[in-house]
Amino acid sequence: MNNQRGFFFNVDWITVLIYLALCTIGWFNIHAAVFDENHPSILDLETSYGRQFIFILTGLVLGTVILLLESRFLSAVSPALYVVTVLMLILVLAVGRGVGGNQAWIDLGGGFKLQPSEFAKFATCLLLARYLSATNVKVTDPKSFLIAGGIILLPMVLIKMQPDDGSTLVFCSLIFVLYREGLSTYFLVIGGILITLFITSLIFNEWYVVIAVIIVTVLAAISIKRNRPLLFKVIVGAVISIGFIFAAKPLYNKGLKKHQRDRIDVVLGLSQDKKHVGYNQNQSIIAIGSGRVWGKGYLQGTQTKYAFVPAQSTDFIFCTIGEEWGFAGSVTVLGLYLFLLLRIILIAERQRAPFSRIYGYGVASIIFCHVIINIAMAIGYMPVIGIPLPFISYGGSSLWSFTILLFILLKLDSNRMGINHA
Amino acid sequence: MNSFFERRYIIAGIFIVLILVLLARLFYIQVVDDRYYLFAKNNVIRRYIQYPARGPILDRTGKIMVQNEPVYDITVVPKQVKAFDTVEFCKLLGIDRAGFDKRMEKARKYSPYRTSVFEKQIAPQLYASFQERLSEFPGFDTQPRSLRDYPDSAAAQFLGYIGEATEAIIKRSGGYYSPGDYVGITGVEKSYETVLRGQRGVQNLIYDSHNAPKGHYANGVYDTAAVAGQRLISSLDMKIQKLGEKLMTNKVGSIVAIEPSTGEILCFVSSPTYNPNLLVGRERGNNAAKLYKDPYKPFFTRPVQAYYPPGSSFKPLSALIGLQEGLIKPSDTYNCIGYYMAGNHRVKCTHVHGTVNLAGAIAGSCNGYFNMVFAKVLNAKGGKNTDDSYTSWKANVNKFGFGERLGVDIPSEGKGLVPTAKYYDKMYHKGGWRSTTVASLAIGQGELLATPLQLANIEATIANRGFYYKPHLIKAIGDKQVIKHEYTVKNYVGIDAQYFEPVINGMQSVVDYGTGQGSKIPGIVMCGKTGTAQNPHGKNHSLFVAFAPRDNPKIAIAVVVENSGDGGTWAAPIASFIVEQYLRGSISQRPSHIFPEYYIEKNLLPAIILKPADKARIKADSLKKVSLDSIRKQKQDSVKKAALRSAQTAMLPKRRDDE
Repeated sequence: MNNQRGFFFNVDWITVLIYLALCTIGWFNIHAAVFDENHPSILDLETSYGRQFIFILTGLVLGTVILLLESRFLSAVSPALYVVTVLMLILVLAVGRGVGGNQAWIDLGGGFKLQPSEFAKFATCLLLARYLSATNVKVTDPKSFLIAGGIILLPMVLIKMQPDDGSTLVFCSLIFVLYREGLSTYFLVIGGILITLFITSLIFNEWYVVIAVIIVTVLAAISIKRNRPLLFKVIVGAVISIGFIFAAKPLYNKGLKKHQRDRIDVVLGLSQDKKHVGYNQNQSIIAIGSGRVWGKGYLQGTQTKYAFVPAQSTDFIFCTIGEEWGFAGSVTVLGLYLFLLLRIILIAERQRAPFSRIYGYGVASIIFCHVIINIAMAIGYMPVIGIPLPFISYGGSSLWSFTILLFILLKLDSNRMGINHA
Repeated sequence: MNSFFERRYIIAGIFIVLILVLLARLFYIQVVDDRYYLFAKNNVIRRYIQYPARGPILDRTGKIMVQNEPVYDITVVPKQVKAFDTVEFCKLLGIDRAGFDKRMEKARKYSPYRTSVFEKQIAPQLYASFQERLSEFPGFDTQPRSLRDYPDSAAAQFLGYIGEATEAIIKRSGGYYSPGDYVGITGVEKSYETVLRGQRGVQNLIYDSHNAPKGHYANGVYDTAAVAGQRLISSLDMKIQKLGEKLMTNKVGSIVAIEPSTGEILCFVSSPTYNPNLLVGRERGNNAAKLYKDPYKPFFTRPVQAYYPPGSSFKPLSALIGLQEGLIKPSDTYNCIGYYMAGNHRVKCTHVHGTVNLAGAIAGSCNGYFNMVFAKVLNAKGGKNTDDSYTSWKANVNKFGFGERLGVDIPSEGKGLVPTAKYYDKMYHKGGWRSTTVASLAIGQGELLATPLQLANIEATIANRGFYYKPHLIKAIGDKQVIKHEYTVKNYVGIDAQYFEPVINGMQSVVDYGTGQGSKIPGIVMCGKTGTAQNPHGKNHSLFVAFAPRDNPKIAIAVVVENSGDGGTWAAPIASFIVEQYLRGSISQRPSHIFPEYYIEKNLLPAIILKPADKARIKADSLKKVSLDSIRKQKQDSVKKAALRSAQTAMLPKRRDDE
């Protein structure tokens, strides 16, 4: 069919356009975030924004190279890629260079650094897709579930040891992939309930939460009293929940480090420390909030320009967008992401090959998780977690790994009518 | 194809919902909640207020009375302080190590990143040597300020003083002043505050997160320049003011002189006074406390706050009302037999005057004559309508500004006292009083109380033959010399010009050969009247009112010397020196052989006998820190007390009468 006329005709150009739009938005906002009077040109290679332009160009080359690869090759190479990534993650623990307290970087010399955890994301997705697409593998089968979980957990644990909490959390998002492939809905529901209980029992007195759980349970019991098995499950669930409520605080205090607890306390409003722990986040919210509807204009953000927000070209890049482009900018950027995510789901679902579909969901989950955590952190809905905004944040490793992640999907998609990877 | 196909909707749904949650929060902080916009602005923009120089005050000849003296504050930003030679630094500033630590601690407590004042108001000489070595002391800086400076150290009560704005002032100003701002507290500094303070400038500077300045916000579009306070030209003549203060040394009392043709106050002496320079600079607090404790109350602005019975100085006014009402003629005579029969009790006269007409009665200050006039006035509508007659008499007196505020342009002016008919209704009972009951009013005694300013204003009115201009201390404002409209309006007192001449004849005789003859100035026709205000607590107060020259008068004056005896002895000579100095520029040899030095050197301060209660109060006051506010309150209290005391005096049954 169309693939005879060359792969570029089969590439999903809409996704490419969204990709380019996000990269451009990133480049301009990095320019605004770290604007240097002595190097005003956006192409000046002395500056971050000049370098970001190079990263975008090389990213495009990388994307083109991926489109030129054989789809079959991607599937075949995935176990090797996974092994190399895991080895790099181990290596980084030994020789890694610290940035912001994390041992996450391998110095390649000549000013280039590599962040293996970025590459672990697509490597894990690829191997997960390959494993789950095997004919006799079903997520509902405990053995398969454990192996799939193992594929996700191995890099997760290694990244956690760096420690890089942001990237660790991102791997959790792969639960969406498992869910799409048949994981019981209970996992999602129970996960949601546990998170809710955990947060509420930190904010409120445990007894209030217990009373709330009992009330909900009683109401549920009344409405489903004829369904005996379900009623039994609800009551067991309630008992476990109450136990969990009392475990939440000790878990929180013992399981997390002081700086992590401090950050969470700020978000939950348990501490009002606007000068120290809460300072960055508070300044970030001020920056975004001060943009109002239309923003202060390009290069006019005072919070950004006068360095009130830390890491403004990387993790807090959304501040610049919010401050200089206002709510209009927020809607545009989040709209583009949502459009991209829905487009990826659409692409994933139109694949004949389960490998491609599963990989597609992996891409969507990872991008989604980055966007949500990054922006929620910038507006004070989440504790401060260092995690880049896909395609927008400054940095070669991040941009290239997201480019590879996305373009592998585009490559698979361009071949969707062709070979079926079994 | 896949059994879990429909799950894509759930996943897409979760994506959509969570992104919408983020957008909702973004909508709230960006669109709904305006706080963040202000926070961001406050983060970077710092408003610096540029304080304009306070306006200077000049006397009527252009001589500077108050100006600004440059001083410097040493400021510090604690975080920017690096290791330096503390010993040298302390030596330079003349402070010890403990004092240094205390100041640093205070600054650090205020803010480690912001500028605080380390040492206030250092002298220019010290500033120069400090500035030279400023680079050795990182974190320290200097900041110019200005203090009030009084080259002549005179006219303290007139000028008033400035002080740091109190909480009450800040509240009243609606946020215009902030703590630490200087504001006029008394005198002209207070009443012309809005003119003197000028317009503040504002600079909106941008600071980054490291507190480094980054230039002006919006290129300075919102910045305003400070506009210096306007210059005030006072009506005072510094020469006679200083002479007056000298003459009143070691005496308690006032001198007020007015130019009748304008209402401008030429001399405004309140004695004892103080050196206004004491209330400036670093010793200000201690000095203020000392002055406040001074039993002679130097903060009391006697010309407008002290009340005295006008005594015989009231007689010309009494005569004028009688003449205007047509109840007496200048040629009418009265036979003084040494006392006046008010009903069935005798009002003593100073001596037996024999047959006197109006001029003679004024010249000799015959009580009997004026009792007679007053009785005629109060009985004009029949003995039963004393109330009515009294009320119209009071209205006539009020027209002279007596018993009412004249509206002089410094704060705390007193009204004096001319009681209402109701007052006597209460004291006796309605219809229970007659002209004879209140006979002492005829001679300026009884309940009547006037401020020295009111006394001087009455003389200005007589000098003008029937009108006065509102007396004022500031004749023009600013470089354009704006004169307030209210100062150009003639206030008529309802007495026809023709009735003044006979009264003025009498007043000329007072000086020529009457009770004030000792004060005759060779070559200048002065018209005046002596008075002795009764004082139940000690010696009588000596009063003299006058204007000169008789034709085309240039100066009207009232002098009060407390506890010194009769008017002719002390007040009259002092008045004559002021008048001559003003009119002639020097003081000539007098035929009466009086000379100013004698009066300057004479100490007439009443002995202060403290009651145990007062002693306790003063002791208690010395323990608590004296704020300027409490000084002001004290002043008001003493006005009330003085009024009360005089009123009580007036009610004493036994009345000694005037000269």
